[in-house]
Amino acid sequence: MSKMYYTKEHEWVKVEGNVATVGISAYAANHLGDITFVELPAKGKTVKQFEVLCAIESVKAASDIYAPVSGTVVSVNEELNGRPEIVNESPEDAAWMATLRITDPSEVGNLMDPDQYDEYQKEL
Amino acid sequence: MEQLKETPLFGRHLERNALMAPFGGWNMPIQYEGILAEHRWCREKAALFDVCHMGEFFYRGDFAAGGLENVFTFSVASIPKGKSRYGFLLNEQGGVIDDLIVFRLAEDGAMIVVNAATADNDFAVIRSRLKGGADFVDGSAETGKLDPQGPLAREVVTGLLGPEIASIPYFRFITMDILGVKAIVSRTGYTGEMGYEIFLPADRTAELWDILLKDPRVKPAGLGARDLLRLEMGYSLYGNDIDETITPLEAGLEAFVDFGKEFIGKDALLRQREAGRKRSKVAFRVGSRRSPRHHHGIWSGDRRVGVTTSGGFSPMLGCGIGLGLVSPEAAAAGTELTVRHENVSMQATVCGLPFYQGGSVRK
Repeated sequence: MSKMYYTKEHEWVKVEGNVATVGISAYAANHLGDITFVELPAKGKTVKQFEVLCAIESVKAASDIYAPVSGTVVSVNEELNGRPEIVNESPEDAAWMATLRITDPSEVGNLMDPDQYDEYQKEL
Repeated sequence: MEQLKETPLFGRHLERNALMAPFGGWNMPIQYEGILAEHRWCREKAALFDVCHMGEFFYRGDFAAGGLENVFTFSVASIPKGKSRYGFLLNEQGGVIDDLIVFRLAEDGAMIVVNAATADNDFAVIRSRLKGGADFVDGSAETGKLDPQGPLAREVVTGLLGPEIASIPYFRFITMDILGVKAIVSRTGYTGEMGYEIFLPADRTAELWDILLKDPRVKPAGLGARDLLRLEMGYSLYGNDIDETITPLEAGLEAFVDFGKEFIGKDALLRQREAGRKRSKVAFRVGSRRSPRHHHGIWSGDRRVGVTTSGGFSPMLGCGIGLGLVSPEAAAAGTELTVRHENVSMQATVCGLPFYQGGSVRK
């Protein structure tokens, strides 16, 4: 059983047990435009919630990606090195960027569920 | 804030859901379906750009007696009729007020095509140098401009508008009837692909836009793709790579400066040529897919040697590319540099231009 959450900075996180899979939302991918580079985090990197996890670049701009929850990077999606355009093709599925081992499961309380995120986007 | 101006195609862009943004005082289309897709379409087929925002001035009179001959960094009087020439309007310090193209329309007539953001000032500066006896008018508002660009542009434009277009050589133009009105079709562009710049009355550009886009080989492209295309060729962008604080010598554009004639800023350029440049234009490739951007620092080891003036991701090369101004000793081909911005650093190697060698521009 997995649950999806979103941040105000437009990351998504899918939580299954103590594993969090992280990417950027379709809204973010659409606004950044064509993605040309994804800087994946190093495996073993430890981050706190809302700290910089990694970075992404589009034809228009460079942006930081923030960790939706605190944790340690377990795996990264190396496919994105050769084909960053996957982020535009499938932002909330195939273009996952990293998985984290979650430090504090209660932090999801600081995130939005899909319905709340829909509402949030409408206000932007 | 001043109201943004709109081209005659503004409604067409909205219908296509283009992403619009301010550029040089105009509300312009940045992209339609996506910058990379539009870039690829221009490199492979034919892209159509709305560049009605650019300025067009018309001069009629004797070039020497009227004063125009001594304004630009190149001779207007020596351009053969039917040809055009690229060069600069400089300030007294040798800095670039604008880069422009002059089209020799007639024995005593020329069209001067300038950038949108600088057009009003350009017109005032040029007019202040004229001696009278010549007509000089700003025709920007009445003149539309569409650029079909891409390897299929000749086939498409010739088929739709007339066979006489097929044989126009690079940097030449013809005057012809399009839609029953007088138009100028020029073999020039800003993409590195073969293509045309078509000038016609502004109130007819929407009709021509529709006719060209009915052809399935043609798709519209926005200023985002245009910037990538010009960057892959190493063409300077006014406001980034050249401006009033940068001279053509520093910007690597001395080929467009004729020291055998008078022009505004000549004394300053001669002094700079004598004293030696303090900075030089540099082109570099990044060793990854990272994009350098405008105003990043350029370093040689632990020494800051300059600044980037343009940068982006090159789809054709598959890596970041950029232009910059650096100390002359750091500009030699093969020099290893580092581009730094905040906590990001990119390894870069100085290279020649154009970055992309496969364009159809002269075919």
